[in-house]
Amino acid sequence: MSHHVRVNPISCEAHGMCAELLPERITLDEWGYPLVDETPLQGSQVEHAIRAARACPTFALLVERERARARS
Amino acid sequence: MTPASSTFSDTAPLAAAQPAAALPRLLAGIPPHGAMTLEEHLAIHDPPPLLRGHGKKHDRQRGAALIDEIERSGLLGRGGAAFPTATKMRAVAGARGRAIVVVNGAEGEPASLKDRTLLETLPHLVLDGAILAAHAVGGEEVIVCVCESAGAGFEGIAQAIEERRSDPACVAFERSAKVHLTRVPGHYVAGQESALVNHLGGGPALPTFTPPMPFEQGVRRRPTLVSNVETLAHVSLIARHGAPWFRQLGTPSQPGSALVTLSGPVGHPGVYEIEHGASLVSLIDAAGGTTARPRGVLVGGYAGAWIGGERLRGVALSNEHLAPHGASLGAGVVLLLSEQACPVAETARVARWLAGQSAHQCGPCVHGLDALATTIEEIAGGIAQARVEQRIEQLARLVRRRGACNHPDGAVNLILSALDTFQTEFADHARHGPCDGCTRRPELPLPLAPVSSEAVER
Repeated sequence: MSHHVRVNPISCEAHGMCAELLPERITLDEWGYPLVDETPLQGSQVEHAIRAARACPTFALLVERERARARS
Repeated sequence: MTPASSTFSDTAPLAAAQPAAALPRLLAGIPPHGAMTLEEHLAIHDPPPLLRGHGKKHDRQRGAALIDEIERSGLLGRGGAAFPTATKMRAVAGARGRAIVVVNGAEGEPASLKDRTLLETLPHLVLDGAILAAHAVGGEEVIVCVCESAGAGFEGIAQAIEERRSDPACVAFERSAKVHLTRVPGHYVAGQESALVNHLGGGPALPTFTPPMPFEQGVRRRPTLVSNVETLAHVSLIARHGAPWFRQLGTPSQPGSALVTLSGPVGHPGVYEIEHGASLVSLIDAAGGTTARPRGVLVGGYAGAWIGGERLRGVALSNEHLAPHGASLGAGVVLLLSEQACPVAETARVARWLAGQSAHQCGPCVHGLDALATTIEEIAGGIAQARVEQRIEQLARLVRRRGACNHPDGAVNLILSALDTFQTEFADHARHGPCDGCTRRPELPLPLAPVSSEAVER
């Protein structure tokens, strides 16, 4: 079962905690919003990602199990 | 393969000949003023087939048969995304809970008039399709959403709903299905599926984070089929005449006819029904030809793409033909820009409007579209920074696929396409500043009043 991180762009308020806690996956754009590598997380990264998700003040960072990505 | 008419039509007179496959289909018998009455509608189109009233098991089979027929017809959604209608219907039919059908008449595209035209003049065609779709996906409830700026469209459909209530045949056709009518705000993103569902649930008409998609969990958490007005009108004709009939027009990958809204310097701008794959030239000819030399044509609206005037002759109106131009038909907007207009000033104006139409929910859309609009304005004013092309590419990368809805992506597409199509003009402005055309009256239509925050927040 592979996991990946995703951002809810509506909830995200650019606090930037995720980039501090998961720099291997997340960098910030010029406005402070996360640029996320959404490819499957490797081994211990899952744990780090979950920690980053818990630290997000608006709960905008999601650690998801692989599912069909759908956009409206 | 059995044609639909013999699969589930008990009411249609058997002897009725298949209508001519040619055009017009949707627009057949369109009245010059006001709405087509129920009587006129039934004289032109025959009654729609009954899906309900044959016992639970048979009703279900008939519903499934209609979805199969729509799948064979190859009908693609006409709201802009060209998603296969049968796939959506099947997903809703298969989801748990009583389904709801939402008729999407939000039509936020400033240059599009086709949906309000259908609602205003041919409301029974839309209602037939909506009821058939509701029955097919196992629903009892239809919610017709009309853009608040479509005054006559609202009147037309409201009258038609009333008219059907007092007609015994219609009551029998609709069975227990209930049709509600509601207005939706006119801003650009209000027609996004999740925004409509959000609005109908009592929230603001703004997109939400998906999944869940509306087909899984939509209005009142029920599986919800959100379908464009024109799409449902086609459903009602496919149910009557079958998939083979539908496919007699159009291309194999995009069958059938389509409504397009043609505007700009042509003799008679307006809504036309074309066969997919028809040449742009034939459409312009049908509209009385051009009244000024076109500098370019915008296909697909403000999420669409430009095609330069010199390539106009070779353009055919289907997605496969438009793909090499980087365009798609979208919701059927075809907009000519005259030679006198300045494409740089026009793009700057539309880019600023698109930035303002952001729902202001997602950071990259809010900041990115604003920065893009500013950059284009700077080019138009001849005060662009050094390496402006790289800056635009960078902003495009920062905006694309980073919103909850497709608005930022559509805006970026339009801006990049304008830069590509009107390279010379942009380079000229960057170097020398405004041209003579910059001060002309703008040609590209935008809503007169900016969307008030009140409309968004309701």
